[in-house]
Amino acid sequence: MANWVDIGVIAVLNGLAIGLLLFVVAVGLSLVFGMMDVLNLAHGAVFVAGAYVAWWVVGGSPTWTGWLAALGVALAVGALAGGGLLLMTGPLARRSHLEQALLTLGVALVVAELLSLAFGEDVRSVSPPPGLGGTVSVLGNAYPAYRLLLIALGAGLAVAAHVVVERTPLGALVRATVADRDMVAAVGIDARLVRAGVFVVGSMLATTAGVLGSPIYSPRPGLDSTILILALVVVVIGGLGSVRGALVAALLIGQIESTGRALLSDLASFLLFGSLAIVLALRPRGLFAGAIGGQH
Amino acid sequence: MSLRVRDLRSGYRQGEVLHGVDLDVDRGRALALLGRNGAGKSTLLLTLMGLVRPTGGSVRLDGRELAGARTDQIARAGVALVPQGRRIWPTVTVREHLVLANRRGGGGRAWTIDGVLDLFPGLAVRRRHVGWQLSGGEQQMLAMARSLLTGPSVILLDEPSEGLAPAAVDQVASAVRTVIDGGVAVLLVEHDLHLAFAVADSVAVLARGAVVHQVDTAAFRRDPDTAHRLLGVAT
Repeated sequence: MANWVDIGVIAVLNGLAIGLLLFVVAVGLSLVFGMMDVLNLAHGAVFVAGAYVAWWVVGGSPTWTGWLAALGVALAVGALAGGGLLLMTGPLARRSHLEQALLTLGVALVVAELLSLAFGEDVRSVSPPPGLGGTVSVLGNAYPAYRLLLIALGAGLAVAAHVVVERTPLGALVRATVADRDMVAAVGIDARLVRAGVFVVGSMLATTAGVLGSPIYSPRPGLDSTILILALVVVVIGGLGSVRGALVAALLIGQIESTGRALLSDLASFLLFGSLAIVLALRPRGLFAGAIGGQH
Repeated sequence: MSLRVRDLRSGYRQGEVLHGVDLDVDRGRALALLGRNGAGKSTLLLTLMGLVRPTGGSVRLDGRELAGARTDQIARAGVALVPQGRRIWPTVTVREHLVLANRRGGGGRAWTIDGVLDLFPGLAVRRRHVGWQLSGGEQQMLAMARSLLTGPSVILLDEPSEGLAPAAVDQVASAVRTVIDGGVAVLLVEHDLHLAFAVADSVAVLARGAVVHQVDTAAFRRDPDTAHRLLGVAT
């Protein structure tokens, strides 16, 4: 019996860490899709680029300086990637989702191939910052210290994103642009700047998540599509353009992923897509789509 | 002279809707734009706001050419839109609507947030509510308040009475008159002819994408046969 409880505590903590990381990845994807109608299938590749930055800068000999440098480089890479994708998808703004998906999927494949060429085909493990490589005791269970830091950082980022989007004038502008960008332009605001800002910040969050997640999700070929699929499931379940929806969905998917793997490892993917199917059957526009309204 | 539209053409992928519209609206005056469904009234307002791209012709506001400009540039030049269906932002609070719109435009009277809340007292008590929580009448007030705060010299009003209770229609009418008296030019698309006649100085009838008739409101009302022929309704 005690064994089940121990598995439970560890699975819940793992789910929390994965869920918060997924939120940081997915919130940018959700806002970009909700606001610009651009389905950015290169978002997973942007995350992986951040993870490779961590391996390249930190590698197997971690220092705090190295970790901070990796975060700095990843933010710059994220800004460049966001800017580049923005320029590429701009001309397709009024075209179909299929055309945008083909373009960004092509970008994702090219980036993934370039990353493989640059960093090789091997799984690259990244060590946590000094002092966080060991375990601490949580309710009598040994638990990796770095994952607790990840939970704290992820929670901090989630709270910050929520406060900025839901409680500030800048966030009101983002919500208004998600709901009806034409009316944002009609009050004299250049909506292109809002869209560019969200695209770039969303990509910077993805590379940041890539660095923070690299000790758990070791960078390797194929990780980009794993992360992209998880993020897309979060966006679909949470509802497009909803920060609160993305948070709830990410925490839910985190728990399904980790508890599923701990208890029924053969059925983990089934649980993930089964829950997606249930949400789509009951609430086709996502759990929080009601708050977005039916403007489109 | 304020808004001067000449030979304006626009449309959608399926074809041209406006085939050369001419009209003028002066500051402190209101022009009611009437016409049957599908005549191009809403398309005209969306084209003036830059939300449908004009394919030809000229839109001048106090001499400045606006045809072909981006919507946000047109708004900052002093044109504001109260669109059909209000299109307020459902997840944005009343207060945030007003803050986002505040002083983005130029040219017209400088409305303040307190000023529009005095004009629409119903909104003041709903400050913290988000758009989808408001009634139809409150949404209409908010759409008008949002347009006023941009400081427009011209307001384009598309069906402000649509779906509103009679008391709310009266409130819209009195607010529109206050706006006109403040020196703003108003272009009003309205099916409710009582409301249109109550606020408009003159009437233009749009048919098949062009203005086919333009007279003073009083003259239009004295000539019910023409009105019936153009609109297919009794006035």
